[in-house]
Amino acid sequence: MINRIVRLIWLGISAALIALPLHAEEQYFGIPSSRVGPYSAMGTGYYGGIIDYLTYVNLKGGVNGVKLTWSECETEYNAARTVECYQRLLNKGNQKMVVFDTLGTPGAYAVIGRMAQDQVVLAQYGYGRTDAADGTVWPWVFNAAGHYWGQIGVKLAFMAQKEGGIPKMRGKKIVHLHIDTAYGREPLPAMRQFAKDWGFTLIEIAIAPPGLEQQSQWLQIRQERPDWVTFWGAGSGMNSTAITTAARVGFPREKMIYVTFGGAEEDMLPAGDAAKGTYVSANAVPGDFPLIADIRKVVYGAGKGNMQNKERVGTVYYNRGVGAAIMWIEALKNAQAIHNKKGKAVTGPEFRDGYEALDMSEAKLKELGVLGMLAPFKLSCAKHDGAEKWRMMQWDGKKFQLVSDWVNPPNQALIRSMIEESAAKYAKENNLTPRSCPPSS
Amino acid sequence: MLYREAGQFHTSYTSDRQLFPLKQDRIGMVIMLLVAFVAIPLLSSDYWLSAILIPWLILALVALGQNILMGYAGQLSLGSAGFMAAGAFACYNLILRVPDIPFLLAVLLSGLIAACIGILFGLPSLRIRGLYLAVATLASQFFIVWALDKFGWFKNYDPAGVISAQQIVMFGHTFASPAEKYLVVLSIVAVLTLLAKNMARGSTGRAWRAVRDMDVAAEVMGLSLLRTKLQAFAISSFYCGVGGALFAFAYLQTVEPSAFNIELSFRILFMVIIGGIGTILGSFLGAGFILLMPVFLNILFHAVAGHAVDATILSALEQIIFGALIIIFLIVEPLGLARIWQLAKERLRLWPFPH
Repeated sequence: MINRIVRLIWLGISAALIALPLHAEEQYFGIPSSRVGPYSAMGTGYYGGIIDYLTYVNLKGGVNGVKLTWSECETEYNAARTVECYQRLLNKGNQKMVVFDTLGTPGAYAVIGRMAQDQVVLAQYGYGRTDAADGTVWPWVFNAAGHYWGQIGVKLAFMAQKEGGIPKMRGKKIVHLHIDTAYGREPLPAMRQFAKDWGFTLIEIAIAPPGLEQQSQWLQIRQERPDWVTFWGAGSGMNSTAITTAARVGFPREKMIYVTFGGAEEDMLPAGDAAKGTYVSANAVPGDFPLIADIRKVVYGAGKGNMQNKERVGTVYYNRGVGAAIMWIEALKNAQAIHNKKGKAVTGPEFRDGYEALDMSEAKLKELGVLGMLAPFKLSCAKHDGAEKWRMMQWDGKKFQLVSDWVNPPNQALIRSMIEESAAKYAKENNLTPRSCPPSS
Repeated sequence: MLYREAGQFHTSYTSDRQLFPLKQDRIGMVIMLLVAFVAIPLLSSDYWLSAILIPWLILALVALGQNILMGYAGQLSLGSAGFMAAGAFACYNLILRVPDIPFLLAVLLSGLIAACIGILFGLPSLRIRGLYLAVATLASQFFIVWALDKFGWFKNYDPAGVISAQQIVMFGHTFASPAEKYLVVLSIVAVLTLLAKNMARGSTGRAWRAVRDMDVAAEVMGLSLLRTKLQAFAISSFYCGVGGALFAFAYLQTVEPSAFNIELSFRILFMVIIGGIGTILGSFLGAGFILLMPVFLNILFHAVAGHAVDATILSALEQIIFGALIIIFLIVEPLGLARIWQLAKERLRLWPFPH
């Protein structure tokens, strides 16, 4: 055992020494992973997917010859630790981090104010601060592709479709059962607006984190007899508890819609048979898409995979991580092209331009081998949230079945105006002057 | 040899009762303050300032507050993060609603507001003691955080509930860079630490300790239990409140109730226990240990075994080692890190001739 540890340490040191003298062009990434604690299932899958894709790109020769390097830092999904990690990862050698992805709203909020000053892109892949979708106020923050307001819109539209049209939603009762954090409350402004417009009753029920005890909330739900429950939880413990408790009070799982950060295999499996029928919205769907199969072949074939459990390659969180990394790499390619730096490392502002120029058309997704896995979208100067498309899935007891194509939220103009209003309020409170964007975008 | 008191005579009560009766301690203190105020801001990187030193100083201040209540006055409390939250939100609302209020004044007022809340939640201490009191003070933790979440006014009706903290503005200057923030934090912490040291050794501190050691005896000797206990609660909450305001404004730069959860209260409690109950120095050492050890382990592990070992195992291993270190320290020195330093000092007095 000791021999093995010594060997591992030697291996680490020698690996570091070998890595040092290489002077090929490198692009550095900071990875603030969360691999322990209640949200570990999410963190290991997501950051595992990111690292695997970076490895994959490296094995394929890098981005126009630029090799990718990265440092990892453990945040434990804790805002204070995220700030520490952010500062630690910010500079590495003579390179500066260009993109930061906390995979969590608390962490994103903790660092969001530092982005413009440090010139780092905050990539919130379907989470975080929604009004960052207004690129005039938030030049450095993106929530491509989609955010919580769009997601809740898609869910409500899905309900309306099941109920037989938006007019049928009048008089219906929807419970928003959420973890009592900023993340849990993030969709509420949009939901309240929809409740007013469509005429359904919205009941907000909060669960104190970590949410492993939900008996009283579900008894309240049984009393209220809602038509639908939108569940906004975090951590597989909380997510599976909701299913089992719903089963105990006899609430049909076919009337429950889970959030992206609670709707993965790791959240469904612990609940066993009770989970059958639960709906989930997704911004990256699970499955063996051509790229995922290739990663398995190239990266895991070479023994360089990051996932401890290879079976998790191709699951929801893993594919989402790959999706996030694809955006980084495509942004890097764009940045190199825009700034005439093919084969060279780019800086934060250059990377930002590349990110803003992301155009993930269906042809592009097909070329990358992820058509169907990710939503097609296009960013622009003002629009930092892409297409806002989401896809609905249903758990069949063993795996997710896709029950819809990529759909836009209803009434996108309304959501957009709420975003702009909220961003304008922020800009006013903080004395920011929104930048102007060309009208064509 | 170097650290001896031989030859240092105190010829007046004032000199005998000064804060640092030993000349070496005085010199050491001056050097330390010079390093802290001049050398560190000039030489440290932004990472060290904003990710290590600022949170360390702030949490040391909060641990000091907890230590006053728990170590000196013997009132076991679990609500320190709640008082921090009260301080942070008080500061946010003061800056938001009072035009042109200097940051320093806002921080002091936030401390006072936290102190008032502390007195309120200290009332049960008049009837209950020990672990029962700890459970009663848990109420403050949950109530304050719940109230901040529940009533939108505290958060200026922000829908997400995570508010960006305003800039630190004093005397018309905005303290934005890590070095400037560090100096603000350091100044406040240094002054409050000096005050705490003075209180701890003066009549206030003696009254606290009398109550801690046996409150009936203290009462018989003429101490007002009501006054002493509530005073300890007020001062402790003041420190926590100031610490909370600084934590939100100088470190996190966001104001959010869930940053001040029960877990933080426990960590502050551990800082006091690991650092040394009833010592000023212990608060700083304990905060350093609890806050920085996981960071240090994380850096070390990634540097040594970065890509060779699975990162998930590394992260789990860090926690195991951190836990083991806590146990080891408590077995080796149950009185805390401050005691180790004290023993080292006594050895130094005799060195190099121990007999």
